[in-house]
Amino acid sequence: MKVGYPQALLYYKYFPLWERFLGGLGAEVVLSGATTKNTVSMGTIAAESELCLPVKVFYGHLLELKDKVDTIFVPRFVSVEKKSYTCPKFLGLPDMIRSINDELPPLITPKIDLDKGWREYFRTIHELGSNFSSSKRKIFSAYRAGVLALRDYHNQLQAGSTPIEFLEKKKYRKVKKTGLKIGLAGHPYNIYDTYTSMNLIKRLREMGAEVETAEMLDDNIIKREAARLPKKLFWTYEKEVVGTVFHWAHTHSVDGIIYVLSFACGPDSLIQVILEHELRSDTALPMMSLVVDEHSGEAGLITRVEAFVDMLQRKKMAQLC
Amino acid sequence: MLAAFPRMGHIDILLGDLLDRLGIDYLLPPVNSEKTLVLGAKYAPEFSCLPLKLNIGNFIEALELGADTLIMAGGRGPCRFGYYAEIERRILKDAGYDFNMITIEPPSLGFFKFVGPIKKVSGKSIRKIWRALKESFPKARAFDQLEKLVLKTRCYEIKTGATTKAYKKALDVLSKISGPKEVDGYLEEALALVEGVEKNLDRSVLKVGIIGEFFILLDPFANLDIEEWLGIRNVYLERSVYVTDWIGPTANNPVGGVSDTHLAKLAENYLSHFVGGEGLASVGHTIHYANQGFDGIIHLFPFTCMPETIAKTILPSVGRDLDIPIIHFTIDEQTGKAGVATRLEAFLDLLWSRKRQNEKKRLVKSRQLV
Repeated sequence: MKVGYPQALLYYKYFPLWERFLGGLGAEVVLSGATTKNTVSMGTIAAESELCLPVKVFYGHLLELKDKVDTIFVPRFVSVEKKSYTCPKFLGLPDMIRSINDELPPLITPKIDLDKGWREYFRTIHELGSNFSSSKRKIFSAYRAGVLALRDYHNQLQAGSTPIEFLEKKKYRKVKKTGLKIGLAGHPYNIYDTYTSMNLIKRLREMGAEVETAEMLDDNIIKREAARLPKKLFWTYEKEVVGTVFHWAHTHSVDGIIYVLSFACGPDSLIQVILEHELRSDTALPMMSLVVDEHSGEAGLITRVEAFVDMLQRKKMAQLC
Repeated sequence: MLAAFPRMGHIDILLGDLLDRLGIDYLLPPVNSEKTLVLGAKYAPEFSCLPLKLNIGNFIEALELGADTLIMAGGRGPCRFGYYAEIERRILKDAGYDFNMITIEPPSLGFFKFVGPIKKVSGKSIRKIWRALKESFPKARAFDQLEKLVLKTRCYEIKTGATTKAYKKALDVLSKISGPKEVDGYLEEALALVEGVEKNLDRSVLKVGIIGEFFILLDPFANLDIEEWLGIRNVYLERSVYVTDWIGPTANNPVGGVSDTHLAKLAENYLSHFVGGEGLASVGHTIHYANQGFDGIIHLFPFTCMPETIAKTILPSVGRDLDIPIIHFTIDEQTGKAGVATRLEAFLDLLWSRKRQNEKKRLVKSRQLV
């Protein structure tokens, strides 16, 4: 059976797990490929105009997959830890895409709700696996292989490679380093999607800057830093963004922060306030917020990034003298 | 200490009564207005939703009038509203105001997170707080019941504006309530005032359901007073949510009439999981109203509202399957009344012509049967 996997949203977080799991059960996992201009325009037409860019991109990937596969894998991520949620749009994602006018192949939509506990979760995994195999043993050994693959992936990321380098086996050109280190904050689907982020990581590296993202940091550091908020955030992925930026702000381990967010993103609109409040003092790290949507022009964005990097470089020179 | 809380429709009746019982001094910020919104939009993040902008506007107006303690509701997500108290605290501190923020979390996050802050400000025992809550609630519910009746009967009034006039008088009657025992008597009197308005019950009216995000539905400034506008144009209205439904301890006996479990069941085929806020309820209510034979649905929500955007994505297929027209209004600080009115007029025209056509079809059918 050919199972389609849209290369968007949580692809950058969990793909190795699901690929190995579904692959181990005999399914052929078909990726929709990197985002292109066509993906974005298809998604923008099919999706509700008020949705955020990442969801529109997801729609585009679905439409690219629909004629190539027997079924599409769209899990419903409700929560990935206790007493938290993911973004509401992940909660309603399978229902939203069912309302697309085009004929879609049947969807596989397991509900991942870890707030309900591991027992419930493994029941979901078993149910999901039953679509492909009747052997409980085979399902769980495939799942185990998936978990190991995910762990390997996380180790690779912490060693400093980006999801694009690992998942798509792309190598970035080596450039002379200027010693500048920039923290890139934001959701993985915003910063790693080469089309919607306009290849930001590559461009920064070509300017001689080293890039650090949340995925390269230790999870425990991020958790500890996020716990400094007076009220716990109830969105897991946003907590990661906040924890990462707090860590940088705390330790000054980077020279500046670029925060990429998509227009109309609900959680990001609030996170931005928290981050700006944290980085308000004179001695704080410089931070630039980049808001992207389907109308973002490459030239405007690049000019701003270049100006920001120039400013950081000058600041660094001044400190050295 | 002088406390203040944000405005939202007639929530001031419930909270004001509660604070009086607890012996907390408070001031009411001015009613939501253009000025409130301008102030709020200046400080709030660009794509946060309208309720946050109005909240911040209310708080700034209250702080300038001398309030020093701000009371705000918390929440457990995934709707953004649950984190607003924190965000508002930061924004107002950054803007240079000095105040104390009291966040009252819902009891589902832990009973002490709910009762603790109230205890701290009022200095009353938990027992007394519980009693105050129990005594203020029925009064607020009476206001909701009155509002519900007004929405249903305004379309039949003979003299335009008579219901609104009677409603104002009835509100004065209800505000005399000082304890739960008096609720029934005064409520009867108030309902009788509205029912006493001269009516033409044979008039043909459109039946429309109003659904969407609670803040926009409950606050007449935020929804551009759409209910009165529709009422005087002969539209019978039912609304999905009332103040006590939203704030109430259980969702099983709402003023709006449909319990949460029933809504989830109705919406199952279209949206099978809750998505925070009123997203699921909006889909459920649309199906409920369609089953009741309503002529159309008006969906109101703030721009960038996550749960309602999900509902908006799903509702067109509901409308198609159940053959009911739905109009969506996304509201933010740029929304103008004239634009909304024009779209609504066109929508009502459409509903009238559909209604006439359906009646004609029915007539033809009954003749064929004869």
